[in-house]
Amino acid sequence: MKTNEKRVHEPLFHVVKRAQIPLWQSMSIRVGAILIAFLFSTLLASLLLGRSPIQFLTTFFGGAVGTPRKVWNLAKDAAKLLCISLAVTPAFRMKFWNIGAEGQTLIGALAAVAVVFYLGGKVSNGVLLLLMFIAAVIVGAIWGGIPAIFKAKWQTNETLFTLMMNYVAIGLVEYFLKIWVTSGSGSLGEMKFGHLPTIGHKYFLLVACVLVIAILLYIYLNYTKQGYEISVVGESENTARYVGINVGKVIIRTMIISGALCGIAGFLIVGALDHSITAETVGGLGFTAIMASWLAKFNPLTMIGSSLFIIFLQNGASEISDMFRIDSSFPNMVVGIVLFFLIGCEFFINYKLKFRESAKKGEKA
Amino acid sequence: MFKKVLSLCLAVLMVAAISVSMVSCDNSNADFKLGVILLHDEASTYDLNFIEAVNRAAEELGLSEDQVIFKKNIPESNDCYEAAADLVDAGCDVIFADSFGHETYLLKAAKEFTDVEFCHATGTYAHTEKLDNYHNAFASIYEGRFLAGVAAGMKLNEMIESGKITADQAKIGYVGAFTYAEVISGYTSFFLGARYICPSVTMDVQFTGSWYDELEEKNAANALMDRGCVLISQHADSMGAPTACEERNVPNISYNGSTVASCPNTFIVSSKIDWTPYFVYICEQAKAGKAIDLDWTGTISTNSVVLAEVNTKAAAAGTQAKIDEIKAQLVAGTLHVFDTDTFTVNGAKLTSYLADVDTDDAFTPDTEAIKDGYFSESEFRSAPYFDLRIDGITLINEKY
Repeated sequence: MKTNEKRVHEPLFHVVKRAQIPLWQSMSIRVGAILIAFLFSTLLASLLLGRSPIQFLTTFFGGAVGTPRKVWNLAKDAAKLLCISLAVTPAFRMKFWNIGAEGQTLIGALAAVAVVFYLGGKVSNGVLLLLMFIAAVIVGAIWGGIPAIFKAKWQTNETLFTLMMNYVAIGLVEYFLKIWVTSGSGSLGEMKFGHLPTIGHKYFLLVACVLVIAILLYIYLNYTKQGYEISVVGESENTARYVGINVGKVIIRTMIISGALCGIAGFLIVGALDHSITAETVGGLGFTAIMASWLAKFNPLTMIGSSLFIIFLQNGASEISDMFRIDSSFPNMVVGIVLFFLIGCEFFINYKLKFRESAKKGEKA
Repeated sequence: MFKKVLSLCLAVLMVAAISVSMVSCDNSNADFKLGVILLHDEASTYDLNFIEAVNRAAEELGLSEDQVIFKKNIPESNDCYEAAADLVDAGCDVIFADSFGHETYLLKAAKEFTDVEFCHATGTYAHTEKLDNYHNAFASIYEGRFLAGVAAGMKLNEMIESGKITADQAKIGYVGAFTYAEVISGYTSFFLGARYICPSVTMDVQFTGSWYDELEEKNAANALMDRGCVLISQHADSMGAPTACEERNVPNISYNGSTVASCPNTFIVSSKIDWTPYFVYICEQAKAGKAIDLDWTGTISTNSVVLAEVNTKAAAAGTQAKIDEIKAQLVAGTLHVFDTDTFTVNGAKLTSYLADVDTDDAFTPDTEAIKDGYFSESEFRSAPYFDLRIDGITLINEKY
């Protein structure tokens, strides 16, 4: 015992890098984190609002999936988010930090609205929809391609560049609204033409389209040569160069794909939902998409789950703020708390805490 | 004898009181629900004005918290339709939306849910769509602006009399949001009110292209003061212009409520629409199963257009009395804000003007608005349609 006392003081625990842990273990850590986060939010709500945890949870779940309409809204909102999350994914896989999805989607939506504004009623609805789609994809691709060209040719910072392009897109939307709405109100309102057809439920087509895109993107990224090139560039540009990949070309090509997918998202928002445009049409989804993509570890199929999860949180929490009459920033707080725990738990997946032997011995005794 | 009469009176009074309280507690009141869709939340003075009015009306009508559901931060998109549908599911009998851009989406909900009443502030479609359950509403805020203009004119006269400025230097600066009829009607009536009192006044208008942009509004107010404007007013929703005025000690006339708390030295008066009478009206009509007006215009006589308390520290002496005097003339109909004898367009008196009252895609003018020697604002529909550029007002930037 005396020899023990002379030893250097050992901290209570230290952090050790884990080897690969089985999937069930990492998943249960994540589920545990979500449960703790919910517990924490419930506690916060009952402290702030004086509502019982049961009231909190029933309102929360009721708000997210309480009625068939809410379930469809969940699917619709998640599809919107998923589409943009898928769009940012190819670029993120090659570590090109595109935070311009907001602007790329908005400019795609603007292109689709422009087609409706100038050609609505003059061509058949099918042709109009096709032209809207083409316009949105091309303009979105250009918006994504410009920063990529600058990055590939002159090594400009893509994060700043894509961020700036968002503001240019917003400015253009305001400019065109000024030209189109001659009454000066700046509000275009719902347009009569260019509505996507309804198959079954009015949101079914939108949800189905986005799911198809998710599957196609999964195949593209995992089973094609181009998808492989993206992964290699993401791992190391030098390796990519060494094996003969034209890095600049891959960057530009991938960002054009990202931008085009954003354009499709813009087209779907205009054609299936809003039939109009404002500077708020994308409403920050371009940034939330980064989170959805990251949570899914850039896997398009997992992203279906992460998008659903984020929207589930937002819709449930916004019901809380409507029904309990609390500040509308409460939904953001709940989403923030859950994401904090979810990201924090990654630490416990990659590392483990090793408690000092003596402490364990003490516990046993 | 006296005691007998008194007890009889008291008995009658008590019966009356009981029957009144029983009426207000009947079943239709307990089931009744009002849903309110808002573009932003309390942080915006525009939405705050609606929230406060709903709360006052709820108190007046005895509605509990569960009977009024707010949906805040609802964008002008399909989300507005979904919010309305959600409120229908929650059992609302009347659903109200507060933003101009909500209109087409609320209209869609009205067409789908025909047994629920939909009411929309500032919109223009109700009188042409003619649905039984879709209604527009606005107030004749130009009357309030005119009275606020009177206060401005009084202040300018005081500055001229004290020798602080000459009559030619009496120039007002106005920060506007968009070159939209609502704004144009607003600044023109304000200007006419000022000129009614101070004949030599002129005005510069600077637009910001946004309903809420604090920095832009502040910059615009400062630019106007640099151009020699000695009094500032605005039609935009932030504190930008009032704060700029307080910093430079230039008198200010604000909008949507008093700003005297933050601007004690420069705030004169402000006009605003009080939506309380409208909320009381639509709830009472819906509860009684009576029809709501297709297109409702609140006026200064229905207390829908109100002025904040005059700040005597900044206002000229006698301002309140003058406002009351002219208000009485407006209520009596002996004075018209847009009297064609009081303004010219391109140097000529106006005898005829086609206004764009019925909204279509191309915004075609369709309705003769001049009658009996004045421009009849808010008569053919509740939302303003006066969009003439009159002489004496300089628009610095038409870009918005």
